[in-house]
Amino acid sequence: MATIKVLGYPLSTATRLVLCCLEEKQVDYELVVVDAAAGAHKQPQYLALNPFGLVPTIQDGDLTLFESRAIVKYLAKKYKGQGTELFGNSLSEEALVEQWCEVEGQSYNSPALTILSQILFVPKKGGTTDEALVEMNVEKLVKVLDIYEERLSKSKYLAGDFFSLADLQHLPTTHYLVTDCGKGDLISSRKHVKAWWEDISCRPAWKKVSEKGP
Amino acid sequence: MAAVKLYGPLASTATSRALACLLEKQVEYQLIPVDLKKREQKKPGFLAMQPFGQVPVLQDGALTLFESRAIVRYIAEKYAAQGTIGLLGKSLAERAVIEQWMEVESQTYNPPSSFLVFQLAFAPLWGIPQNQTEIAKNEKKFSNVLDVYEKRLSESKYLAGDEFSIADLSHLPNTEYIVKATGKAELITSRKYVNAWWENISSRDSWKKIREMSKADSKK
Repeated sequence: MATIKVLGYPLSTATRLVLCCLEEKQVDYELVVVDAAAGAHKQPQYLALNPFGLVPTIQDGDLTLFESRAIVKYLAKKYKGQGTELFGNSLSEEALVEQWCEVEGQSYNSPALTILSQILFVPKKGGTTDEALVEMNVEKLVKVLDIYEERLSKSKYLAGDFFSLADLQHLPTTHYLVTDCGKGDLISSRKHVKAWWEDISCRPAWKKVSEKGP
Repeated sequence: MAAVKLYGPLASTATSRALACLLEKQVEYQLIPVDLKKREQKKPGFLAMQPFGQVPVLQDGALTLFESRAIVRYIAEKYAAQGTIGLLGKSLAERAVIEQWMEVESQTYNPPSSFLVFQLAFAPLWGIPQNQTEIAKNEKKFSNVLDVYEKRLSESKYLAGDEFSIADLSHLPNTEYIVKATGKAELITSRKYVNAWWENISSRDSWKKIREMSKADSKK
């Protein structure tokens, strides 16, 4: 069977999500680095695979797929029975996984990425961090984390007592917030969020993917 | 089997997204309105079901589920054998492409279109001042997205392939408002393939029923 190709770059949060899922499912893959800094993802060659010019894109035989959250769902289903189960064990459990994946995509991701972008990426490109924008998004994230705190006081992981895609989806952005943006207190000040974060961020698959920092 | 309960106002795009799926799958349901003007969604009774205080919420027996796109996937999966068949594709690869376009809707189509709908359709009704700079920015963003859709739909009848799927369904609510209530219908209608796709999916029985229900609602 041909190895899955992941077109992306090692520091991209969305690429890391896909790599971490591949590691969890013990699937062989090859990372084909797309030089985003040089604008390679906006060139015709890449746009032919992903017309939105975003990373990552995967190639699995005849199938070309983009959107990291769709890719990890595909991998979780295709490799069911191998590596870590990521969708729970029943239709109801799967529904709750989908629900918390949506919460990540709709409510957590945007404020988290905005904070990351302003603190980590903007200065690298020669710009200045917009502190007011950071503050506004920290406030948004705080509201979300308070709800997570309540949820995780009743449930070991987001969708239930089992690790799932929903938890996995939070790894890349949260890692940067805690490790590289000085926003660790958002996590460590919340008892159950802290315990959950310590648990999921210590998983071998994540450790392998996040070895090299920005 | 007891009818599923869907909590939310029909006018909410997220609520009509979930309802469209219930209708496509011919699932017996009870639509329980939630009064957003009275902030019913922020009251303890509602927050107990949906801690983020957002509509809709689905109750199916012992399961309480929120996030409209999660509800759509669950309903399509649970009731796979009834109503419109093939909403999730017929293979793993087809399902994957459907999920890809679901995510495109969620991450790329929804943000600028939602913004335009709020600013152009709702802000004036609620006496909220409009932000013209941001409107222009989001219109440009949305246009660029629609250009990609135009190319895609020139090659494929529906977003994920030859059959209607939850990916197309997910686009119904925002697009309805864009076309009917923002004065920016030409964003859709000026694009040959996007327009043909829109005419097609919005003339499905499920969406016609939602339009009838909305009309009846507005006469109350």
